[in-house]
Amino acid sequence: MPANVGGTTGNKCPSLFVGTGLFFGGFMEEKPKIISELEETRDKALASLSQVNDEEALQNWRRDYLGKASQVMLTFASLGQQPKDMRALLGQTANQVKQALEVALEEHTQRVKQTALLHKVQSEQVDVTLPGRAPVQGGLHPQTQVMRRIFAIFAEMGFQVYRTPDVESDLYNFELLNIPAYHPARDMWDTFHVEGEGVVLRTHTSPGQIHAMRQNAPKPVRVILPGMCYRYEQISARSEIQFNQVEVIAVGKNITFGDMKGTLNGFVRRLFNADVRTRLRPSYFPFTEPSAEMDVECFVCAGKGCSVCKSSGWLEILGCGMIHPAVLENGGYDPRVFSGFAAGMGPERISMLLHKIEDIRYFWGNDVRFLGQF
Amino acid sequence: MKISLNWLKDYIDIDLSLEDLARTLTMLGLEVEEIRVVGLELPQKSDRSEFKITGLGWPSDYFVVAQIDEVMPHPDADRLTLCRLNDGGADLIVLTGAPNLFPYKGIGPLVKPIKVAYAREGSVLYDGHKPGYELTKLKRAKIRGVESFSMVCSEKELGISDEHEGIIILDSDAPTGMPLAQYMGDAVYEVSILPNMIRDASMVGVARELSAVTGKALRVPQRSVKSNGPNIAGKAAIEIRDPQLNPRFVLGLIEAVTPRESPYWVQRRLRMAGMRPINAIVDATNYVMLETGQPLHAFDYDVLKERANGERPTIITRPAVEGETITTLDEVRRNLDPNDILVTDTAGPLSLAGVMGGLESEIRPETRNILLEGASWNFINVRKTTSRMHLNSEAGYRFARGVHPALASWAVELCLQRMYEWGGGQIYEGLVDKYPLPPQDPQVEITVADVKRKLGITIPATEIADILRRLEFKCQVDGDRVVAQTPPIRLDIGSGEVGKADVIEEIARIYSYNAIPETDLGDDLPPQGNNLALDHEEKIKDILVGLGLQEVITYRLTSIERENRLALDRNELNPQSYVKLRNPSAPERAVMRRSLLASVLEVLEKNVHLSERLAFFEIGPIFVPIKGQQLPNEPRQLALAMTGKRHNSAWDVVEKGQLDFFDLKGVLSGLLESLHLLNVSFEPASHPAMHPGKCAQIFVNGNSLGYLGELHPQVKERYDFLSACVVLAEIDLDKLVSLTPLWFESAPVPLFPPVLEDIALIVDANIPAERVETLIRQTGGKMLSAVHLFDVYSGEKIGTGKKSLAYSMTYQPQDHTMTAAEATALRNKIVRRLEREVGAQLRDE
Ligand SMILES: [Zn+2]
Repeated sequence: MPANVGGTTGNKCPSLFVGTGLFFGGFMEEKPKIISELEETRDKALASLSQVNDEEALQNWRRDYLGKASQVMLTFASLGQQPKDMRALLGQTANQVKQALEVALEEHTQRVKQTALLHKVQSEQVDVTLPGRAPVQGGLHPQTQVMRRIFAIFAEMGFQVYRTPDVESDLYNFELLNIPAYHPARDMWDTFHVEGEGVVLRTHTSPGQIHAMRQNAPKPVRVILPGMCYRYEQISARSEIQFNQVEVIAVGKNITFGDMKGTLNGFVRRLFNADVRTRLRPSYFPFTEPSAEMDVECFVCAGKGCSVCKSSGWLEILGCGMIHPAVLENGGYDPRVFSGFAAGMGPERISMLLHKIEDIRYFWGNDVRFLGQF
Repeated sequence: MKISLNWLKDYIDIDLSLEDLARTLTMLGLEVEEIRVVGLELPQKSDRSEFKITGLGWPSDYFVVAQIDEVMPHPDADRLTLCRLNDGGADLIVLTGAPNLFPYKGIGPLVKPIKVAYAREGSVLYDGHKPGYELTKLKRAKIRGVESFSMVCSEKELGISDEHEGIIILDSDAPTGMPLAQYMGDAVYEVSILPNMIRDASMVGVARELSAVTGKALRVPQRSVKSNGPNIAGKAAIEIRDPQLNPRFVLGLIEAVTPRESPYWVQRRLRMAGMRPINAIVDATNYVMLETGQPLHAFDYDVLKERANGERPTIITRPAVEGETITTLDEVRRNLDPNDILVTDTAGPLSLAGVMGGLESEIRPETRNILLEGASWNFINVRKTTSRMHLNSEAGYRFARGVHPALASWAVELCLQRMYEWGGGQIYEGLVDKYPLPPQDPQVEITVADVKRKLGITIPATEIADILRRLEFKCQVDGDRVVAQTPPIRLDIGSGEVGKADVIEEIARIYSYNAIPETDLGDDLPPQGNNLALDHEEKIKDILVGLGLQEVITYRLTSIERENRLALDRNELNPQSYVKLRNPSAPERAVMRRSLLASVLEVLEKNVHLSERLAFFEIGPIFVPIKGQQLPNEPRQLALAMTGKRHNSAWDVVEKGQLDFFDLKGVLSGLLESLHLLNVSFEPASHPAMHPGKCAQIFVNGNSLGYLGELHPQVKERYDFLSACVVLAEIDLDKLVSLTPLWFESAPVPLFPPVLEDIALIVDANIPAERVETLIRQTGGKMLSAVHLFDVYSGEKIGTGKKSLAYSMTYQPQDHTMTAAEATALRNKIVRRLEREVGAQLRDE
């Protein structure tokens, strides 16, 4: 910045001086020629600036009007040769002109930049409705997802995961669960038998009850038993030969039917929502007594009746009951001292309800068009 | 079991709405699957309809009892008749084609009018001529010149059964003009009977349950008609060879019964229960079985006498002898074994006890004299018989679940009366009753504390006793103690601790499960611990998903043939090494899998035409039989398979890169790195399913984890894959989990700047890249924090048999800023080592 010869007012408001010969007229008979030339050049420069609209032209303009060879700069350079009485006025005028040109240049430069940016941005516009580039994406099988949800809910309530084998002895799958051979309850399971004596594919995760109890007796037990189970079926949209089950058991000295209700209601409230209504219906399982089925109010129709709940308004969600004294005993607990509850649910059924899956074969069919949706 | 409301009301007053009754039954453990309305008013469609409700109502204005006074021929149609009918008001002419009116055609005014179900103009009913149940509205129409606007109905048209052979002919005491719904409107409850509640596969059983919760009195039907014949003494004898198999056998005798049609109301009830009416004799046995739960069997007494050469027949019950046969009344000749129980006489087998009668002694149309059997059988034997023979009969269904022997005489007496009422005849006085083994009906002692311990609620002893009494237990209350005597109608109550549980279940059921308040588990929390196998497994899944793979879950049942596809040498997999099913549901699901990879590859094949990029993994067990061990081992594996494009194509980029060995290797390296496994190496190897030149074995700390490679071209030919290469890997998950550290240490972020350097080396083409990198790392030591191979080149520029490997190296001093001289020195050291050990030359650009 050159020294501020023009004083404060002129600097702040250069336009006051622009093109007002009257100002000078007030003081003098006649304006010196050199001053009016300066003013003419200034007016010409300002007029031409509006035509300048790119970076290069701006540079040229600066060179022409503010460069070393410009009239203003030459005026400063020649001040010493001017008559003494002229010097102050000329210097002041030259300074004012220079100020005016610089301010105008700065303003115009900003304008040109803005315009250029606007053009650039406009030219770069894309069709934002074009699809995004799909990253390579993996995914968990829906049943892993639902299993994790079940695990997490029960973990919050202090139940740990305990896994047991798929291929079981008849002893663990039936006998120790109070289902002797030819017991009417054997009709409840269509069993796959394995070659060899007394070996089956587990028809439910219940044999895990005995394993877990025998491992922990006489300490209390609180575990969930997840796993694949098998039943002799013709595969159809409604039935599968292989399906997951999650069994829940709690054994201790003070466990009641009320506790079972509390725990299972806690589970369904966490799984569905806090207001979900449930009911318990008497049922029968050889390894529990009393036995019950738990229904939750259909969340699709809010109990009004729909195709999902087969117009009952209720969805069967799990079977449960107080562990049968014979089973407790087989697990190593004195049924006169200990009690416990067990519950079993089908994660595929839960997924089918939550996602309105109409065909159970989708789960192990692994079609990418199915898996990709989860 | 189909329960007719109308019939049920014979035994108990019911003032519940149709839906409330269904709710009550369901909450008793008698789950209602459907309510089929047969004439009663259909429940209003409400906001909450808990049950599937089907059927048809018969509005009183439209459906009435009418009488036909004359059946006249139609002037133009032989197969139609014109009925002069009165519906309680006017005389009308109704057109019908019902064949069961033909006998009355043209015989003039009837002395005894025929009572019928009459539907007036505008009635909505089922179209009898269309299959299924399609509603139609009666409209005025001209049929063969005769105007018709109303009709006499068949059972199908009214929704009673699918009977449409002829119109309903009501019992003659039906009051003409009475609304039909009032006369015989009904609803059928389809109830599923739990295995321990077989006592409720009977009308009286269901009524008893209802009585327990509603407090309405139960009306147990009893024989009320006196015998009108001589005493049965000397008419038949019973010999029970094994009371364990046959604790009781009862015979009654009735002679000169007319096997005519049962009254219409009996036929209707049987049909609504799903049984076919035959005649008064057969219908009575079925009716009483449905009523009491006690299956009965009627013998032709004359046939038995004949077989006994005119002497007194002796009924013998015994186990069948090996090789013995019987032809049952379904005309199947059945081979018997000693588990089957036979009812025989001195001439041979009469019936398969508790399951089905024999053809020879079956009731025939001309049978008049009936020896009626009511017996009880060992449920295990009956179960063995029915399941071995795949024989489902109403009798077998009940006996296989246990029928209390006390029911036998009651049911026989009732049945004799029904036969007499519906078919006439002479009932002999008394029964022949052999009861060698009455069951011990358990006495169960239960305290208020027992109930509290199991259910969490305090029920006073008097209330406990009250609940049990309503179920016909005999109870004595002594302070907080109740001694309950099981009634002789059920076999599902045990003794001791089990008996207590059985009785507590009954208390809870009648008290209502939903009235028991929910509580939070207050018991001690068991000792807690970690679950590394599961935690690591789930972590591995997450890592693989992050690496772009989709998890699949496949069938664990497969066939040896399917798994053999993956083996280059098809004889490699030995059938002995499989867990095989004795009863597979399909040949392609006959064994438990030995190869997880085979299953994942099937998924890949199945999807190959559906997506341009496929990358799958599965974690799960395989099943390995072990000699001398009852159960197989179930090691867990991880299998991966990928094929197709490396990345997804987009509208501006066509992806050309195809997934290959190194993509899969990258995934596995990424996995192992994410699990913080150190000392990982991949070594050339061979695997029966993999390309011999593109196969590596994975080691961690010298432990083999498994294999990865490209699918062997010869194996690939057996699959329907596109031309792209398929890469796959098989990992021992248990090993991987066991090697995965529970914790790992992180390194601090360096304070001093790293120095980056690139070198390109020319080595013989057969030098493995890993060897070069190992040498670089060894030489670089701690200072070298990263080595990254960024280019491999072979071509004329560097001479044949050579390749160029270009690495970027990161030097990372920990305690100072590295000088240029230091960096050069380290670089030279590395280069010299490579020159010396693998003859590498620095490649200059
Ligand atoms: Zn619904």
